[in-house]
Amino acid sequence: MNQPVTKSSAMLTTDSRLNGRRLASGRKNGFFHELIRNRILFLMLLPTLIFFFINSYIPMVGIYYAFTQFDFNTSLFDAKFVGLQNFQFLWQSGTLTKLTLNTVGYNAAFILFGNVLAIALAILLNELRGRYFKKIAQSVMFLPYFVSFVILSVIVYNIFNYDNGFLNTLLLQIGGERVDVYNQPWVWIFLIILFYLWKNLGYSMVIYLAAITGISDEYYEAAKMDGANIFQRIWYITVPMLKSTFVVLLLFALGSIMKGQFDLFYQLIGNNGVLYNTTDILDTYVYRSLKVTFDVGMASAAGVYQSLFGFILIMTVNYIIRKLNDEYALF
Amino acid sequence: MAIKEDVYTRIFQILSYAVIIIASIACLLPFLLIISASLTSNESIIRDGYHFIPQEFSLEGYRTVFTFPEEVLRAYGVTIFTTVVGTTLGLFLMTMAGYVLARKDFKYRNAFSFYIYFTTLFGGGLVPWYIMLTKYLGLLDTYTVLIFPGLMTPFLIILMKNFIRSSMPEELFESAKIDGAGDFKIYYRIVLPLSTPGIATVGLFLALAYWNDWFSSSLFINDPHKYQLQYYLYNVINSMQFIAQMGAGTGVSLSNDMPTESTKMAMAIVVTGPILLLYPFIQRYFVKGLTIGAVKG
Repeated sequence: MNQPVTKSSAMLTTDSRLNGRRLASGRKNGFFHELIRNRILFLMLLPTLIFFFINSYIPMVGIYYAFTQFDFNTSLFDAKFVGLQNFQFLWQSGTLTKLTLNTVGYNAAFILFGNVLAIALAILLNELRGRYFKKIAQSVMFLPYFVSFVILSVIVYNIFNYDNGFLNTLLLQIGGERVDVYNQPWVWIFLIILFYLWKNLGYSMVIYLAAITGISDEYYEAAKMDGANIFQRIWYITVPMLKSTFVVLLLFALGSIMKGQFDLFYQLIGNNGVLYNTTDILDTYVYRSLKVTFDVGMASAAGVYQSLFGFILIMTVNYIIRKLNDEYALF
Repeated sequence: MAIKEDVYTRIFQILSYAVIIIASIACLLPFLLIISASLTSNESIIRDGYHFIPQEFSLEGYRTVFTFPEEVLRAYGVTIFTTVVGTTLGLFLMTMAGYVLARKDFKYRNAFSFYIYFTTLFGGGLVPWYIMLTKYLGLLDTYTVLIFPGLMTPFLIILMKNFIRSSMPEELFESAKIDGAGDFKIYYRIVLPLSTPGIATVGLFLALAYWNDWFSSSLFINDPHKYQLQYYLYNVINSMQFIAQMGAGTGVSLSNDMPTESTKMAMAIVVTGPILLLYPFIQRYFVKGLTIGAVKG
């Protein structure tokens, strides 16, 4: 927490130096002076500040719920304080370890496969000659991003349901046996990753394609002169030039590695307990504890754990990146 | 254009075409499956299963959906209302915030940026948020709760701020000031008209999020009349309530107590319809906006 503050105050210093001319006359450059001087700007920002205060900052106080025996009828600080009991239950049941592994594992897979494939597709698409073909292909691949997760669950149901799903129909036709996919926990590891890619590849591809379009033609011309073939041009020019886009996307993705893709998991798995071992993530667990099993204490504890773990993770990654290359750090 | 290079390029292009065609087909096939199923008779689905091409063409799925259209139309209404109001209000607030944070002479802009950004790093979690909205703000079963939480996201505010900063020089604001324009007037008369691509992108992100939202209904709405479209569909797919409710209001009992397979698929198409129709038009702006935002990176 210290680092971002230091950095932003460093920025402030340069700012006030830039505004030095204007401020020099006043001498009073405290908060209230600024408040009066830029009152319209403050007023314009106020709704946003209030919004985040209500929607994000007030709930932070509610972290206290995780340390109490929850009772909907009493107010927050009247609830019975139980210390770390909720966390202890979570830990002892082995739930926390499983949830953490699943959450981090899936999101790491999403980030890795998502970016590598998006870069590959963007490079291939960029090489296509037909202008219309290129446009149509891009639109088609972007399409799944626009459909809701509820529709995605309909698609998955259509393909995999036991009685008349597309897969089983096909298997019967070629003389095979029906498969009960909804009873095979391990299959869902691949299915979830697959459908994540199906839905998101087109979107990330567009971002990388934009970055490729931004690379100056001169590099390619020069490489051609030197006799580099297309594979060499891609490997030595395109790929390195995409590095900064990749790092930015990576950092944004890392920021949500503890709370990624709730919709995807919940819509595909729902309340199918058979699959929890391989598919339950922190978000789905918390949601279920709140809405289905009414285990509010556990849900709060898991939520706090998620926030803290995620926060520490981001801070660590950001610290490492700042050590390696200051330019790429988030803050 | 050396001959040697041509061979490699040719190979690479054939490869590219092959991969891109396969990927494109893979993106489309799932849609084809539900479209086909929605046009197949229910008996055929039960008997032959789902196919890419209807084995027994029938419009019965759509007929069922539109026999008692009140429920569907109401859910449409809720979604259209929340999407329009949420997007308009959210855009207004986020462009304004983006403008203020982009103003270099606004001294505390970095502190406020961090105040907004910090909410992506750390939060209270779902439970305290839920309790606050329901217990303390009393938003259970209101339209407000479908709109309020989604109004703004830090990501979109930062995107807007970057867009304004990179496309409008500070001198523009200064000269407007000299001409006697107030801060709000600069926003209204100069920043907004110059922000069209940014507004389009941010607006589309917002509208898409509202249109595809099922989560708010599932958490905060108990009254089925206030369900958003996506959550309504979710219930059709997942519960037996659907036909019971449809039948109850009209006194007509429909053969089974579950929506038929073809009805489910027809419903999915009806829900997706508007997006599929608008898509070719929307997509262009999205790509343009993302391009502007991403290259900055």
